[in-house]
Amino acid sequence: MALLRLFWVQLTSMRTALLLLLALALVAIPGSLLPQRPVAPIRVSDWKEANPAVADLYEALGLFDVYGSPWFAAVYLLLTVSLIGCIVPRIAVYLRSVRQPPARTPKRLDRLPASATGTTTLSADAALGGAEEWLRSKRFRVRRDGDSVAAERGYLREFGNILFHLSFALMLVGVAWNTMLHYKGEVVIVEGQAFSNNLTQYDDFTAGAAFRPANLQPFTIWVDSFIAKFETGDVQRGAARVFEANVRIAHGAGEPEQAMIEVNHPLVVDGTQVHLIGHGYAPVVTVTDPNGDVAFSGPVVFLPQDGNFTSLGVIKAPDARPNYLGFEGFFLPTAIVDEQGPRSVFPDALAPELFVNVWTGPPRDETGRPESVYSLTKDGLEQMRTPEGNVVTFRIAPGQAIDLPDGSSLSFDDWRRWTKLQVSDEPGLWLVITSVGLAVAGMLLSLYIRPRRLWVRVVEGPDGPRVEAGGLDRADSSTGLDEDVTGLAAAAGVLDATEQHCDAAVVDEEEDA
Amino acid sequence: MSAYTSLPMVLSAVIYLLAMVAHAAEWAAARKPETVPVRELVGAGGPVVLAPEEPAEHRVRLFGRIGVALTAVGAIAHIAGVVLRGVAADRLPWGNMYEFVTSSLAFAVVFYLVLVWRRGWTWLGLPVTLLLSVGQGLAVTVFYVAIAPLVPALHSVWFIIHIVAAAVSAAAFNVAAIAAILYLIRTRAEARGTVAGYLARLPKASALDDFSFRVHRFAFPLWTFTILAGAVWADYAWGRFWGWDPKETWSLVTWVVYAAYLHARVTAGWKGVRAAWLAILGVITFWFNFVGVNLLTVGLHSYAGI
Ligand code: HEM
Repeated sequence: MALLRLFWVQLTSMRTALLLLLALALVAIPGSLLPQRPVAPIRVSDWKEANPAVADLYEALGLFDVYGSPWFAAVYLLLTVSLIGCIVPRIAVYLRSVRQPPARTPKRLDRLPASATGTTTLSADAALGGAEEWLRSKRFRVRRDGDSVAAERGYLREFGNILFHLSFALMLVGVAWNTMLHYKGEVVIVEGQAFSNNLTQYDDFTAGAAFRPANLQPFTIWVDSFIAKFETGDVQRGAARVFEANVRIAHGAGEPEQAMIEVNHPLVVDGTQVHLIGHGYAPVVTVTDPNGDVAFSGPVVFLPQDGNFTSLGVIKAPDARPNYLGFEGFFLPTAIVDEQGPRSVFPDALAPELFVNVWTGPPRDETGRPESVYSLTKDGLEQMRTPEGNVVTFRIAPGQAIDLPDGSSLSFDDWRRWTKLQVSDEPGLWLVITSVGLAVAGMLLSLYIRPRRLWVRVVEGPDGPRVEAGGLDRADSSTGLDEDVTGLAAAAGVLDATEQHCDAAVVDEEEDA
Repeated sequence: MSAYTSLPMVLSAVIYLLAMVAHAAEWAAARKPETVPVRELVGAGGPVVLAPEEPAEHRVRLFGRIGVALTAVGAIAHIAGVVLRGVAADRLPWGNMYEFVTSSLAFAVVFYLVLVWRRGWTWLGLPVTLLLSVGQGLAVTVFYVAIAPLVPALHSVWFIIHIVAAAVSAAAFNVAAIAAILYLIRTRAEARGTVAGYLARLPKASALDDFSFRVHRFAFPLWTFTILAGAVWADYAWGRFWGWDPKETWSLVTWVVYAAYLHARVTAGWKGVRAAWLAILGVITFWFNFVGVNLLTVGLHSYAGI
């Protein structure tokens, strides 16, 4: 029990708080230098492959998910406990000190950091009365006993300090709550298509432990058009300049409304945010099989591989007869062919072309198993060849069509842009924001309010009443103490005070707090 | 146009370097033992003659004035460079590392000149000109990039608020760290009783500590606000207010170190010297966030990389 108590006292001491803060700073660092799985899983595996010697050790230490690791949690939990353990007792002390009148006047005022004495022209009573009035006008809290007046000001500093720390703890609660309930999903939508907020429609979805599908707000978004503009000047050529998605949105009972989503301007639908986080190209193609039937028609999402939107994708025509048809290739928005092969040299679609290979094979059974739309499963397929035996590959521009050796054809009708939207809800955000606001207010009070204590006493001397005044700052870094002390003496009727400034006597009160 | 905007910047770097040389000369001149003239006076023995102004003292003042004057001229060129850059780019000049560093140093030099003007604090001259010449020197050589419009993620009011707050806090943290370093030097000298030369011109250790705290007291809430504005911006731009991006992580690290500094100031055994070391650690993490993180790590911040 005694041990526990000792542990608690240690944990809630200022020194421990300080060391824990430094520890928090330290343990946060590795996560900024090593790739982190929640953010960049692929970079983590690349890194591990490149550094096999330490990969397992780092993995065991949780260095690829620092902010989710037990030791990171240990530090901030200890810090939170320490903070609460430190602040709660201070609340009690503070409440007591606020209810009590200012501390009694010490015996020797000349030992204080600043003091002044002098004879007063007033009667003892009038001198104290004058001092009291002056102190009140300067918003001091005043206590008069007998021959002296004690005054204190700056109670808000400790209030601010407590407010700051409690709000900080509250913010952590808000963050934790938000983490439990939040969700975030990503969906790719081609111009002209729509999306309904529904789990099955997402390409990628993450949510907190307490999330339930019923939390998804029902709404539908149509992406009517997406506008992208890029830098065409010499400097930063190709850098993104404008991205705008023009959408219509339907929620509740009303008619669909027009809206625009830009990079920094998410759409907010009933508290759910819709962000624009990516875009790319979708060639619109038609596949006709040798029977003359349309086996596939429509836009196909190609995924950008580099800054110039060299995009990789596959076109599948499972319904083509007599044979399955699959196309694999690149969409190049500004295509050139040079010694490096075909590639795109600008992100905008200035000279789009499609470069494709053709795969074919017997029709597949419906397995019902989901298959990625971005890759072609090649078992049972082989590349289509010309009668001479050459592999069929071709390049084709919008508006063109290619007849294939087996009698089928691919026509490249047009291209569209697609946008990737991120739908997210952060239900704890308001609590985080409120507590952060309170914390900042508390911090400012705590840093800028300067608590001060002043005292004045009138003693009968040989040549009439003498005034002694003195003052003390309860936190360092205050100015104007000397001025306040002489002002106080003057208010008590002293015309020519003898001032004393005493560095050595600085009374350190913070320690005993 | 680009060339015209970088010319005053280069000029300012050179002038700051000269100012630093002047302050170094000031320091060197002040190192001449002050006891020399005193001995002469004592040795004179006879009738009291008015001591002529010591040549050393005169030189010290002169070099100091030259240093401040050069810094002021450098500051004019520097600010002109920042303004021209903004005019040429037709936006606020805070879109990349070069612009950030130059703007932030512009705030620092203005702050310093105000201190010299209002309080006569020329003792800040040497470290401040050192900071300015190194900073501007790196900016015009290593960090320089030609003018370009902003990428869409940076088009936001929050971006402006975030970066202005960051630049001002950067300036303040740097000045505060300089005061902390001088505090450490002066404290050591006071403890050994070797306060002489340049050190004798510094305020007392306790006053330096106090000044450092006041600047931190200004910078810390502003830095807090910078991080918050950044979080709001991130929420607009990326749909999350915090994502442990390296830049975010390091601003938190910096914040936590400064929180530790504030705690150290009220902790027995930590106030004073150790707190000053924390202030220095704070500014190191701050710099790392702008230089190290941009160059060593990959993140979402669009001006990561130069
Ligand atoms: C997450 C942890 C913590 C953070 C981020 C934090 C942050 C801060 C900051 C920024 C200040 C200066 C601004 C102000 O005075 O309001 C401060 C002051 C203070 N902190 Fe903390 N703190 C933490 C934990 C603690 C703990 C665990 C204790 C108790 C041991 C503590 C005790 C204090 C005290 C007593 C002050 C006032 C110092 C003064 O009188 O000037 N803090 N804290």
